[in-house]
Amino acid sequence: MLTLDKLYVNYGAIKALKSISCHVEEGEIVALIGANGAGKTTILNAISGIVPTLSGTVTFLGENITAIPPHEIVKRGISQVPEGRRVFANMSVLENLEMGAYIRNDKDAILEDIEKVFVRFPRLLERKKQLAKTLSGGEQQMLAMGRALMSRPKLLLLDEPSMGLAPMLVAQIFAIIQEINASGTTIMLVEQNANMALSIANRAYVLETGEVVLQGPAAELAANPDVRKAYLGE
Amino acid sequence: MGDFLQQMVGHINPYYLQILVNIGIGIILALGLNVVTGLTGQLSLGHAAFMSIGAFTSALLTIKLGMPFSINLILTGFITAAVAALIGLPILRLTGDYLAICTLGFAEIVKVVFLNLDITNKALGLSVPAAVTSIPMPVVVWGVVLLTIICVTFIHNSRFGRALMAVRGDEIAAEAMGINVTLYKVQSFALGAFIAGVGGGLYAHFMGYINPSDFGFLKSVDILSMVVLGGLGSITGSVIGATILSAAPEFLRFMASYRMLVYGGLLVCMMIFRPNGLMGNVSFTGLVLRALGRKPHLKTVMEQKISETSRSGNGDT
Repeated sequence: MLTLDKLYVNYGAIKALKSISCHVEEGEIVALIGANGAGKTTILNAISGIVPTLSGTVTFLGENITAIPPHEIVKRGISQVPEGRRVFANMSVLENLEMGAYIRNDKDAILEDIEKVFVRFPRLLERKKQLAKTLSGGEQQMLAMGRALMSRPKLLLLDEPSMGLAPMLVAQIFAIIQEINASGTTIMLVEQNANMALSIANRAYVLETGEVVLQGPAAELAANPDVRKAYLGE
Repeated sequence: MGDFLQQMVGHINPYYLQILVNIGIGIILALGLNVVTGLTGQLSLGHAAFMSIGAFTSALLTIKLGMPFSINLILTGFITAAVAALIGLPILRLTGDYLAICTLGFAEIVKVVFLNLDITNKALGLSVPAAVTSIPMPVVVWGVVLLTIICVTFIHNSRFGRALMAVRGDEIAAEAMGINVTLYKVQSFALGAFIAGVGGGLYAHFMGYINPSDFGFLKSVDILSMVVLGGLGSITGSVIGATILSAAPEFLRFMASYRMLVYGGLLVCMMIFRPNGLMGNVSFTGLVLRALGRKPHLKTVMEQKISETSRSGNGDT
């Protein structure tokens, strides 16, 4: 579905990504794990077009999307939940969800989808009219995910969904990620919380200073002594 | 119709009429800047430059081509918008302070260019013949004010307006929603300039004389103060802010040179007591509906909810 081929990204003189190659198949949950500054977020931003690439290609559903601007990539079916949630603070929950459907014109279907989001996140229904900035961190994460789903993405990019959340909420968010995946959306996930990420992912890539150092089925990686030592706190 | 209006306007004291027109033009300019700075969140310190371009374009269209006033105003708006789009395309990629400084620089360039062009009569300024309309100027100005308010309100509630608000809220998130951020910023910039250009055209024809130095940095700050005083993003706020700040110099005339002190003090107090502006975070329609008893106050809603939940809670135990 999505293929990255020898992707290079520089921030000025700093080489953020060095020849990254990876792929995501339809229906999968793929996790990118690694330490701070390993390049996880940069990969997502390069896919969604926020960060320009130096060389290499990103192919989505057979189309080269490397040089396409971000707003066009959304229309191709890739939706990103940015790091730190980035909900529209001064808009209500409902307005945030409507913004998520910005590229769509089918009013009735949008309303249906908003209802679906409320079924998935009942907390958001309770806070429908509230400004997004008054929501708790967990609720904002739910809103950011709901908003990303409103564009009916084929591929959902999640950047650190567990950031700054209480452990119970993290478990809840990850359960919802699995639900979203089960209902037919492919997911690419960036996580610091490697334990959690590996527990729900099909496959995973381990990144170190801009390079893929390990890859394979998530269960295999979770059992790998090197990974356990470096990322799972053993 | 025209005669009747002439007669009506004739009854009003010309001094008050002048103030009224100044307020009207102030409102138009503030509403234009409100689209750029209030709605889209792009700080512009050069709004007077667009007023200047509008004023000179409109004046020249009248002097050189003798164009009818209505077409003149519309054409002026489009020309100003085109200039704004052209300049906006490169500079709107910048954000915050950088953009503000760029717009400031642009305004100075416009001023200096007009001060040195033969066609704008250099530093002497242009004398503009009165507009040839059967409708008196003050009525035209206030007609345009109403039209602008209607248009801007419509934009606020449209899909386009929602996208601009998203850009103000978070550019990266807006981009992730599929909004072409640069395009929308340029469009909002051009729209603000269109309104400013029309305002400038009205100003030129009402005043009868324009000088490039009238549209300097202070004028830009003046317009920005109106928007900030009223509350960024609030249409009602812009109208109120522009009314206060356009009328204030007249009412403070007895204080002569000290009036700028009052002006400054007013803004300082504003920032301390109502940093969001007079009408910031206030929904005008909500207020009106509430006054009419159509919409319950938030507090009563909360109280109702609490009593409901406590009742159902009692039922459970």
